[in-house]
Amino acid sequence: MHMADALISPVVGGAMWAATAGVAAYSVKKVQNDLDEQKIPLMGVMGAFVFAAQMINFTIPATGSSGHLGGGLLLAILLGPYAGFLAMASILVIQALFFADGGLLALGCNIFNLGFYTCFIAYPIIYKWIMRKGYSTGRIFTGAMLSAIIGLQLGAFSVVLETLLSGKSELPFGTFVMLMQPIHLAIGVVEGLVTAAVVGFVWKARPEIIKKAASGEALGRVTIKKVLAGLAVVAVITGGVFSWFASAYPDGLEWSMANTSGKEELEAPEGIHQTLAAIQEKVAFLPDYSFKAQEQETSAHAAETEAAWPAVDAGTSVSGLAGGAMTLLLAGVIGFCINLVKKRNKTRVV
Amino acid sequence: MSNMIASLYNIRLLDELAEKRTIIHNIHPLVKVFTTCVYLIVTVSFDKYELSGLLPLVFYPVIVIALADIPIVPLLKRMLVVAPFIIGIGLFNPLFDHSPMVVLPWMQISGGWISFFSILMKGVLTILAALVLIATTGMTRIAAALGMMRVPGVFILQLLLTYRYISVLIEEVGRTVRAYSLRSRGEKGIRFSDWGSLTGQLLIRTLERAQRIYHSMCCRGFAGDYNAGSEKRIQIGDILYFAGWGLYFVVVRYFNIPAALGSLITGVGR
Repeated sequence: MHMADALISPVVGGAMWAATAGVAAYSVKKVQNDLDEQKIPLMGVMGAFVFAAQMINFTIPATGSSGHLGGGLLLAILLGPYAGFLAMASILVIQALFFADGGLLALGCNIFNLGFYTCFIAYPIIYKWIMRKGYSTGRIFTGAMLSAIIGLQLGAFSVVLETLLSGKSELPFGTFVMLMQPIHLAIGVVEGLVTAAVVGFVWKARPEIIKKAASGEALGRVTIKKVLAGLAVVAVITGGVFSWFASAYPDGLEWSMANTSGKEELEAPEGIHQTLAAIQEKVAFLPDYSFKAQEQETSAHAAETEAAWPAVDAGTSVSGLAGGAMTLLLAGVIGFCINLVKKRNKTRVV
Repeated sequence: MSNMIASLYNIRLLDELAEKRTIIHNIHPLVKVFTTCVYLIVTVSFDKYELSGLLPLVFYPVIVIALADIPIVPLLKRMLVVAPFIIGIGLFNPLFDHSPMVVLPWMQISGGWISFFSILMKGVLTILAALVLIATTGMTRIAAALGMMRVPGVFILQLLLTYRYISVLIEEVGRTVRAYSLRSRGEKGIRFSDWGSLTGQLLIRTLERAQRIYHSMCCRGFAGDYNAGSEKRIQIGDILYFAGWGLYFVVVRYFNIPAALGSLITGVGR
């Protein structure tokens, strides 16, 4: 069920490793800030529990088949998102090392697919919002079901994207999605049911456990960090995915220039323009929003065939992401400088 | 139930294999982790239609398995368990890619089949590399290597605790499931009405166990940090190991050795 090394490329594996490492480092910092060292053995033992619980055969009524627990959502509910993510990560590390269940290069992908979406998206946005008025059997059921289904759908879609971007499989996007999403809908339903059953039982038998876990962090407080994180996610999605849908046809300026002068771009005249153009050519590592080498190879090919739309191209995605990242960075730098100036002005006034 | 016993057996086997004392086991764990990383990246970086160029990479697991005295059969069994997913996705390639790639006098092989076998080959190589790493290093020494890579102590400690308690919890879950099945007239699996109470009881017992573990750790001086013990320093032998294999992987990546050998042989034969 986990992604194997044979199906991903080093770029995708490396990128997902970077993303996972970032989220894990952030989670470690948050867990350390808790100053509750009792959490560490709790995380370890809960990780082992979920590992063992994944082997229980839950017989699905009326079908005769059985389902299994994934565990990401359960860990998030009982330990909080940060500790839950770290516990899920350690389960996947052990599965990859000892059981070859998921490759080592794909480990970043797997931890992200199975841990991030359940702990940092499904749990805080869906589950905690449903639980905002307090716990009840009905709310536990809806909360767990919705979070599990959506969390697993996101994870499955992530697998499709990662496999597609790696370029090792010939499966077209549509077929792959039609294959993965329904299967993971069923798995999500089972996961939601098991999680709801477990949390519901513990809520009835030992409600203080659930209360203690729920009060671990503030409920529903939107801090500025969350807003920034939300913006960052939107930027990544826009840059990475929506850029594929950017039109390959000339934009308004190029179109009007082509109509008036017969060319889409002006040629740089001699002198300073030529020098600057030469410098720009050398510095731009993603000219025309794609990789340089690709441009040279496919320019002849593109002349023959119409540009495909959406232009699913790793180069465009990387450009989109790099552009988005640089924009965010610049915005962050500007914001930081403004803050610095404000602080200095404040002390002067006093 | 049998899958729990199989998992326990698997973990204990790899644990015991890691305790051996061969030349490979004595190499510094950080070097082995880095060598495995380079191997995986090189294997996976091959083009999707590459088949012959991958073959020289098989020397790494073969030589290490031989030198480290690892039995090959358990590794192959592990691979067979994991293979279906790779085969399942890879098998779509011949269905979608029909462009003829290899033309022999008696048949044509489409690109789809070539890429399928390439995926299979990469799958075998990468799985073997990961299993060989754990069989020659063991969890505690990998944790020490992670510590040297400045991975936060909280994560390493938590990883080691999970690893330690997996056997304990699998046995507890196994006892519970066996008791359940003995009282349910041999039904396989847990009935829907019992999902919550069975797993819930296990969960409550686990949380109480975690409390007892925490108290016993505090009694033995736990203060929130983790001491991995001292690992011996990286020596010249370790550096040579990494440099040697690294060079070999890079050469294999950029020169198709089997093709060169083949043209040499056919050139000589002609």
